[in-house]
Amino acid sequence: MLHTLKFQSQAVAKPYFIFALILFAGQVLFGSILGLQYVIGDFLFPAIPFNVARMVHTNLLIVWLLFGFMGAAYYLVPEESDVELHSPKLAMWLFWIFAIAGVLTILGYLMVPYASLAKLTGNRLLPTMGREFLEQPTVTKIGIVIVALGFLYNIGMTILKGRKTVINMILMTGLIGLAVMFLFSFYNPENLALDKYFWWWVVHLWVEGVWELIMGAILAYVLIKITGIDREVVEKWLYVIVGMALITGIIGTGHHYYWIGPPPYWKWLGSVFSALEPLPFFAMTLFAFNIVNKRRREHPNKAATLWALGTALVAFLGAGVWGFLHTLAPVNYYTHGTQITAAHGHLAFYGAYVMIVLTIISYSMPKLRGIGESNSNRAQIYEMWGFWLMTLAMIFITLFLTGAGILQVWLQRLPEDGQALSFMQTQDQIAIFYWLRSITGGVFLIGVATYFVSFFVGEKSEVTEVAVAANS
Amino acid sequence: MSDRFTKGMARNIYYGGSAFFVLLFLALTFHTTRELPQRDHRENLTEAVANGKLIWEENNCIGCHTLLGEGAYYAPELGNVFYRRGGEDSFKAFFQGWMKAQPLNIPGRRQMPQFNLSDQEIDDLAEFLEWTSKIEVNDWPPNQEG
Repeated sequence: MLHTLKFQSQAVAKPYFIFALILFAGQVLFGSILGLQYVIGDFLFPAIPFNVARMVHTNLLIVWLLFGFMGAAYYLVPEESDVELHSPKLAMWLFWIFAIAGVLTILGYLMVPYASLAKLTGNRLLPTMGREFLEQPTVTKIGIVIVALGFLYNIGMTILKGRKTVINMILMTGLIGLAVMFLFSFYNPENLALDKYFWWWVVHLWVEGVWELIMGAILAYVLIKITGIDREVVEKWLYVIVGMALITGIIGTGHHYYWIGPPPYWKWLGSVFSALEPLPFFAMTLFAFNIVNKRRREHPNKAATLWALGTALVAFLGAGVWGFLHTLAPVNYYTHGTQITAAHGHLAFYGAYVMIVLTIISYSMPKLRGIGESNSNRAQIYEMWGFWLMTLAMIFITLFLTGAGILQVWLQRLPEDGQALSFMQTQDQIAIFYWLRSITGGVFLIGVATYFVSFFVGEKSEVTEVAVAANS
Repeated sequence: MSDRFTKGMARNIYYGGSAFFVLLFLALTFHTTRELPQRDHRENLTEAVANGKLIWEENNCIGCHTLLGEGAYYAPELGNVFYRRGGEDSFKAFFQGWMKAQPLNIPGRRQMPQFNLSDQEIDDLAEFLEWTSKIEVNDWPPNQEG
């Protein structure tokens, strides 16, 4: 029995968050392998070829964010609905199913060649593998659908029984959208142009569509809790922000349709609508800073406040500003598929989704662990060091990749045939940026370690402090 | 925000706005799928091309390369490799040799794994890359280097 929780069933969020963080560590570790392989081409070859490490890196990201979203829903929906979770037992079953399936999939990537994994899991029966981010064996994909259905049922029943707040409704539409769009991962026509067109229905409509609803709902919830601001005000903003996100983001899918087959009018549609995509992120930043400035209470969890403001701002930078940089068709003609894309991807994912999950973890973990409203000051100082190290490192990683990308465009894309450098020649020319990125990746790792330490430091006991004082 | 802008209005923007744009997106998708046959030359999509795509997928080529600019950025673009490496005259011969020479084992250089594909499989993969290079993609990439 935890007195720090309003509803005991919220406790199921804890294993989801812990497992998410473990996978996060794995993701970053494989990221640093990838960074090194960019400059030491044969690093860990043939044990872990680049494509395997990349698949592990991106799939771990997706899976840990999903764990984070689920944990967030299990934590906040009972409180928003003002009832216990429909079935904590089901939530725990799904946790184990998803965790085991996830670990087996990652081990599969690492231990057998991908072609053998495809054979082993019967990919030919329903070929869905081998497309970026959707590399999971078909049976894993089916598992994900089952877990998602069970999860939606559990959360949906809880909301049906209780209060239907705006946060609940937007979170729910986001989660349903997430599950529905994932179904397109099963559609893999032989025609590459069609395949690519609908592949984006999973990828773009997730990260620039329904995931933004989930992010907005979680952020609104945490802001209400830590600022004590009237729910009515927050809800109005939330509607406007997620409304703008969908209004711009849905047709904004068009910015992926410039060079893969669809008709040229997508260049106009994609450019105009995706140029507006930074607006909801800008509104979110304004909203978060405004509301924290007007707070009605001083919440003791300073770290959670920092994460909440951080995610709003860095999401705007990464998704908004860095997205806008290369979203207009005439620009994208030269930048498409260069390191500019990688730069944007890193800061956008970190700012919007990594940080929102770390925000809800920061806010809820002290309660889930029975500590209270916040961790000790000492633990919070470690956590905030982790925040700054990771965030600044990611900003510099983005800047270095942007430098690499600009140079790549200059050497490889802008010159005429005959004068342009080849891909590999260009890569050699821009290696210095990759080295800098790798070093900064080391800083990010230190940030992750510092952040993890924050979970294990408590308040210094008074005895030690007295002893230290006596010795000095 | 002023009091005149009520929560109800905000809610209508959210539900109404997104419903409208979902419908618009579906309509545009319908139109695009009607237009695509003129652009993706699906009439040339042979069994070999389809099999080549499957081989492309089951060896996770997208984990290093880009194809029409999408994928990983670790290895060259392959959407136009057909033209870059010989075209109608010599691409297939080049590709057979290239696939068999992997990994190049040059110290420090990025390595491509040996996938142990049969001659037939390599040929199908080549067919897939050739077919891909002929999709109408608004003249991308800007030059042959991809």
